[in-house]
Parts: sequence; structure tokens; C-alpha cells
Amino acid sequence: MPLLKVDSLAVDYRTSRGTIRAVEDVSFSLKKGETLGLAGESGSGKSTLGLSIIRLVPYPGVIVKGHIKIDETDIVKLREHEMRSIRGRKAAYIFQDPMTSLNPVKRIGAHFIELIRTHEPNIGKEEAFERTKTVVKNLGILSERINDYPHQFSGGMRQRIMIGLAIALNPDLVIADEPTTALDVIVQAKILDLLESLRKVYGMALILISHDLSIILERCDKIIVMYAGHMLEYATSIEMHRNPKHPYTQGLLQSIPNIELFDQKLVAIPGSPPDMFNPPKGCSFWPRCSYVKKICRVKEPPLIKVGRNHFVRCFLYGKKGVHVERNRKS
Amino acid sequence: MAKKVFMLSEIVKVEQLKKYFPVQKSFLEQLFTRELSYVKAVDNVAFSIRSGEIFTLAGESGCGKTTAGRVVVRLLEPTSGKIYFNGKDITKLRGEKLRLLRRKMQMIFQDPYASLNPRMKVVAAVGHPLGIHELAKGGEKKKMVLEVLEKVGLTPPEQFVNLFPHQLSGGQRQRVALARSIILRPEFMVADEPVSMIDVSLRTTIIDLMLNFRKELGLTYLFITHDLAVAKYISDRIAIMYLGKIIEMGSKELLFLDPKHPYTQALLLAIPVPNPELERKRLGLTGEVPSAIDVPTGCRFHPRCPYNTDKCSKEEPQLIEVEKGHFVACHLMK
Amino acid sequence: MTKAKIKRSILARVIPGLTSLVKKGPSGWMVILGMIIVTAMVVMTVIGPSVAPHDPIRSDSRLIRKPPSLQFPMGTTHLGQDMLSRILCGGSIMLQVSTFSVLVCFLIGVPLGLFSSYVGGVFDRACSLVIDAIYAFPGLVIAIAISAMLGRGVVNMALSIAVVYIPSYFRVVRSQVLSIKELTYVEAARGIGAKWHTIIFRYVFPNVIPSIVVVATINFADAVLTAAGLTFIGLGLGVDVPDWGRDLTSGWAYVSSGAWWIITFPGLMIILLALGFTLIGEGLSELLNPKLQR
Repeated sequence: MPLLKVDSLAVDYRTSRGTIRAVEDVSFSLKKGETLGLAGESGSGKSTLGLSIIRLVPYPGVIVKGHIKIDETDIVKLREHEMRSIRGRKAAYIFQDPMTSLNPVKRIGAHFIELIRTHEPNIGKEEAFERTKTVVKNLGILSERINDYPHQFSGGMRQRIMIGLAIALNPDLVIADEPTTALDVIVQAKILDLLESLRKVYGMALILISHDLSIILERCDKIIVMYAGHMLEYATSIEMHRNPKHPYTQGLLQSIPNIELFDQKLVAIPGSPPDMFNPPKGCSFWPRCSYVKKICRVKEPPLIKVGRNHFVRCFLYGKKGVHVERNRKS
Repeated sequence: MAKKVFMLSEIVKVEQLKKYFPVQKSFLEQLFTRELSYVKAVDNVAFSIRSGEIFTLAGESGCGKTTAGRVVVRLLEPTSGKIYFNGKDITKLRGEKLRLLRRKMQMIFQDPYASLNPRMKVVAAVGHPLGIHELAKGGEKKKMVLEVLEKVGLTPPEQFVNLFPHQLSGGQRQRVALARSIILRPEFMVADEPVSMIDVSLRTTIIDLMLNFRKELGLTYLFITHDLAVAKYISDRIAIMYLGKIIEMGSKELLFLDPKHPYTQALLLAIPVPNPELERKRLGLTGEVPSAIDVPTGCRFHPRCPYNTDKCSKEEPQLIEVEKGHFVACHLMK
Repeated sequence: MTKAKIKRSILARVIPGLTSLVKKGPSGWMVILGMIIVTAMVVMTVIGPSVAPHDPIRSDSRLIRKPPSLQFPMGTTHLGQDMLSRILCGGSIMLQVSTFSVLVCFLIGVPLGLFSSYVGGVFDRACSLVIDAIYAFPGLVIAIAISAMLGRGVVNMALSIAVVYIPSYFRVVRSQVLSIKELTYVEAARGIGAKWHTIIFRYVFPNVIPSIVVVATINFADAVLTAAGLTFIGLGLGVDVPDWGRDLTSGWAYVSSGAWWIITFPGLMIILLALGFTLIGEGLSELLNPKLQR
């Protein structure tokens, strides 16, 4: 039984300039202990998707369609106070910017203790403190520093604290939104390694959101490639690496510098991401696609199963289409 | 005085370059202490760039690469050291001579949202260098602007000339910034993280443009980046910086196939590889980058280095040529 | 260009500007309302003296403190002067003084702020010290002091008010310049070889303008009130000049005896004029700030 099951999710932003469909028809599932990577550029809807899983989409965002089932409970239908008991305990979110996500006038230890005692009010101060010490130790932070303030920590350490706050209550699902964007490469690797080890210890499922496809491919079991709110390809990472089907995925893989290769021929994807107030008709990627056909400009392609764990949204595939193999040079 | 010998093709040479920023003292500190503490952003850096080359300064944030780049083009004044351009000492150039130098040395910046004046239209911004240096006016200026906009891929150029920056996307703005810097046909360009704030699918386009200009216009680049994968794609030679110093320098092949400094090795092992089937090892580094005010004694890297010896904390290693064209600053290299 | 063409080109710019203001919501409406009020006042100032039914200065001892009637729609003052005529003519002085003082303020405060903060160093610190000293005094106190020194007259009054507000412009400009100075596009301007005056006037100044506009409109409102305050005390203008502030003073004494009209009408006009400018200023500050940062 999957821990998380998302069905035909759609999320709108109702702004004064018009309504944006930030997420359109997304469906996937996640088992306990699995990692899912949400890859995409700015405007792809990956952050919105992540936020909607714990119902934290900011105003004027609204979930307009679909179901999100965490352990069989459809959280789209829950009331706010029922959601509050899910957030933190069953599902936790790690925000993008560790610099501003911590309360500057509160000690680190206090952050944890407040979190624990809010969700488990029967726990005494001593026990909460002991649990805090354990979590902090697992983060690789010296326990003497429990009484320090956020500004006394570097960016990397603060991000660890954010991760710690997310896993302190041992949730089943953790959603990490660009956890390493503001960090240097070495710290980034350490943070991701930390997430990995904590995951193994606590057995959580992880959704990793990033625009860095290299990180996603390196660390996730399954990957969803998002573009302009649509799910273009959904497969295991191994499948996606060996057999990328969607022209966008292929284009992305050919345009990112791979540190392992010499004399790479990088190929750019022409054009630029669409204006979400005026998205293209038909397939959202057609203006940039080198395989575009007449039908792509008119109809939106359905999600088609092309392998055991592989789905693509593209008219090149399916009964009418032709499979296109990427011309691989590496 | 010994004559300076330059290889004919050395377009930029930097010697013993230092840039220290004094730290602001609080009022009490001003009264009671005489010493000043400094942020040693660039501490005794030396390199030379050959004409037509792409030389990269790479490193994590705080290593001093951005500061070094700005000092080379004299947007910041060096605390000490020398900068040579085409054989001439430009370290202390001022006024009109410095402005003339700007025709040959240009810079593009990291943030496309901040490097364009929000109140200047594209045509005004791109044509401004021509006006400043009195190279063209009116119709001829506009013609040159249209030409260069076409060169950076903003076609049809007429569509873009009357737009303001906020009407353009990040990638388009960066192209406008590029157009502005090449309109004077410079010989040398410093590119400070030009693609790190641009969407992944658009980065290659900008990088390709820059590579084209090297061919077409004979441009030489000083490329600054924290992304070693990009550095590997675009550079001829690379220098890795740590806490204000160059700790390893060499050709792309030498550096990536045979990294000698422990920091370089750790960096390369930390970079994500888009391959889920690869087993990654890590070189365990402890701690984080220390502050550039309180720099560790001896080798700056020693507190974090897994091969740390006694000597490392006492003596600062010099940058030595361990094999032809490959320079490393590490006591282990003996 | 013919007169018709000029009219058409002005309208061609003004009308779309107005309609876009309306579309911008409550802040836009505030600006429009303020502009209507101010325009009405200006028009009244211009045509006032020609339509005034009576001579505003001529006093008639037989007509002292008459309540509003058909012949004198706003009543008469304690000197027997017609209130309505005084109202219609008094506005001109108010507007002249406030316009002139805002102009002086602007022409001194803005360049000084620009130059001082761009150059920095000792010069900047010295200027800031002097300006802060002026700023520390309550505005009216300075205005009174300087007005008393300079003597009467429209220009002198304008100057004494101007001194009070120069610090506002200086400080706003300075804080903007200090942050803009560090922005990348200014650095880029240096990078292409621009001279310092080009940088200040084409790169820094245009980005400072939005904040100055707001200060200027609030300044207008304040100047009107300060001018009223000065003439209320009896400084600034000659005895014979019809002026709302002066009428306030005189009206003050007679309120208790029931002659409410002498103080009310001038008071209302002062409030209206200040309100008009304030609405423009507040509306503009809402429009120009967050929306520009998209």
C-alpha cells in the first residue's frame, strides 16, 4: 500500500491578472522509504506541487481538482485543524531558504522543544530535551550548541537544523524544497548525505524538489520531470537515465555539463519557458520541441505507459506514435 | 631594475595580488584598540592568461574569486600587487587612461536582474558605451546596436530595442548585458558566474554565445564560477581558490584527471553526477570554510584536511609546479 | 505645431494616463481625486480675482461681521470685508508660497543629497551633520525664526518654509543613493567607462525619482499648512494681502461671539488644499513602490 498517492491533481493561482494553472493533472505514488525527485525549471510547478501535498500552497493558490491520499486519508478534503495534526507528524516540509526560516530570537534547542511539545503535549520538559539532544547529535551538531541562536550558525548548519526540525517527530514523509540551492558544493553533498542517512535510520519517504537534474538523478529512486505545470515524464531514475523518452528530458540531459565527461557536446534547448498567463495551446512544450507535429499544437497529449515504471506525456509515443531513441554520444 | 619579460601572447598577468577589506570596528573598539582586522579576500594571488584562452577561477563562496575578478578589471582597487594588461602595468591607472582601458576590458555580472539599469531601454543601455567613448552617434549608433543584438541571438533586434529590462526574461537580460559588453569589441572579458542565475535549459545557449565570441572576436575570458561542471565544459585552464589563495592550477585535463590537492579532490567527489547507477565515494572533510578574517595559520586548509600533518599548521605551502603546467600548494607534494 | 495639435498631443498622453490610473484600484483613485482637488484649487486661484464679487481688501465699517447672506454668501469679516472674495483671492498666495518653497527645496535638497551621498567621505558626513541639525528642530520654529529675520513678502515666506523641508529631500535622496550606489548596474556603468556625472544623472537619479515625487507632494501639503501657520501668527505677509491663514487668526477671536463663518471657510480651504496634495502623495507612494519591484 503506497504511503502517498496523488491522483489528477490540479492547482490554480487566482491572481488579479488572471488565473494560472500551476499544476495540471499530476498523478504518482510513493512507497514508504522511497525517494521521489521533482525536477523542473522555474515556473514548472514543482514547488507548488510539493506545497500542495501538505496543503501549504500560499494565497492565492487553490487546489481545484484531484486527490492526495496520505495513508488512505484524502487530505484535500480535511479541515485546517485536522491538517495541523498531519503537518509535522505525518508529513514535514523543509523550506528553501534556511537563512530566514528560523526564528532569530529563539535558541536552537527551543525550536525543537517547542515543536515536540506542540505535537505531543503530554511529554515533559526533560523528555523533550533528551529527544532534542538525540536529534541534534544525529545532525552532526555538537550538543553544546543547543543553546546557540540561529545567527551563530553558518548556512549549511542552519539547513541541517531545518532538516532536523523536519524529522524530529519522525514523520513518514519529508518534502525538501531545493534544500541545497544556497549552499556550496561540499556542504551540499554533506546535507544530501545526511538526508540519506537519516532516511535509512528513520525509514521516511522523501520528495526532493530541485532544478538541478544532476542531484535528482544521483539521489532519487523515481523522478517526475515537470514543465509549465505538467508532468512530462515519470519513471525510475535508472530508466530515465538510460531511456529518456520525452524530448524535454532528452534536451535537459544533453544540456547539463556532466563532470564525469570530457569533450561533451552540449546542445541547447531553443526558446524559453512559457508565460504562465498565456501558456501554449496543446502540448506546453511544443514551441521548443524539435519533433513537433501538427497534433501537438492543438491537443494536450495524454499520459502514456511506455515501460514497467515509465510514463510519458507525448504524442511521439503510444499507439499512434513512434518511439524515438536519443542519439547518445557519451 | 629587472626587465619584465612577457610571453608575447600573455594578455593579462597578475602578480602578488592582494585585496584586503578592513573590518568595521565598533565605537569602543575604535577607542581602545589600534589594530585593524582585515577580511583577506584575495591574498597573494598570481596567474597569467594567454590571448584567446578561457581561464577559470573556481571555488566555493567566500574563496575570493569574485573579488579577484573585479580587481583585475579595476572595479575594485587592489591593496597591493600588480596587474598587467598587454604588457603594460595598469595597477595604478586613473582617470582618462583608466576609462580608455575600459574599451578593451569588460565584465559581465552574475545577476541579470540587477546588472541592467531599470530605467534605460535596451537600445540606450547597449548603445551607451558607444556614447561614452564617443565612437558613434545617432543612426550609426543604432545600427551598431541592432547588429550586436542580432549577434547575441535577440532576433529580430527591432523587437527588443525599445523594451525595458523588466519586460525581458532572465536569459534575455543576460544577453543584453553581453551585447552591451561586446559592442566596444573588447579584447578581454571577465565573466562572473554568468549563468548561475539562469534556468538550466537556457545556460547552454549563453555559454555557446560566449564561446562563439571567442572565435569571432578573438576574446579572451577570465571565467569565474563555483560550478566545476561548467568550468570543465568551458575552460582551457583552471585555478582553484580557497580562502583567498590559489591552491591548485593547471590545464583542464591535468586538473580533472589528476587532481593533487586534497581540497580539489574533495570538490570533485562532491559534485553531483547525473547518473543514478554510479557509486560515489566521498573525501571526508570536517568542518566548514572558516572566516576570511581569522585565517588558519600555515596552510589555510589544514583544519579540514584529512592528511593534515604538523608542518601544515606551521608553514604556508607555496604554489609549486609539480609537473609541466600543473601547480599545487601543498606540503604533501614533495 | 498649431495650438490644436498641441492640445491633441497633450490629451493623447493625459487620457491614457488617467484611465490607467483608474484601473490601478484605490491608490489610483486617490491620486485622481487629489489631482481633481488641486486642479480645482489652481483654477480657482487663477480666475478667482476676476470673479470675486467685491474688493477683498475694502473694508466697510457698516458691514462688520455679517452672517452669510445672498449678497455676501460667506459673510463678512470683522473689518467688513467680503469673505467669499477673500477666499477666492487668498488661495493664490497660498499656492504661490507653497510652490515656490517646494521648488527651492527640491533644487537645493536633491542635488545636495545626490552629490553628497555619491561622493561620500568627509564631505558627506559634514553635510549630514548640518542637515540633521536642521532636521532636529520643529519645522514651525525654524520657519518662524527665519521669517522673522527675513521680513515680510511672498519670497521671504517661501524661503523660510523651504529651509524647513530641505532635510527631508536630502535624507530621502541620500538613503536611496546609498543603496542604489551598491547595485550591480551602477558597477556595470563604471565598468563600461562612464564618468561620475553620467552615473549620477543617468543611472542613479532616475531610480531615485519615485521616492522624491512622493516627498514633494507631501511637502506641498506641509508647506501649505506651515504657510498658514506663519500668517496665523502674523508673520510673512503684509497686512493688506488677503490670505487664508490671516483670516484664521482674525476669525479665531470671533468664534465665541458666534461669527463662525470667519474661521470656518478659510480653515476648510486650507484643509482641502493640503488634503489634495496628500492624496496625490499617498496614492503615488502606494503605486510606485511595491508594483515597481516585480
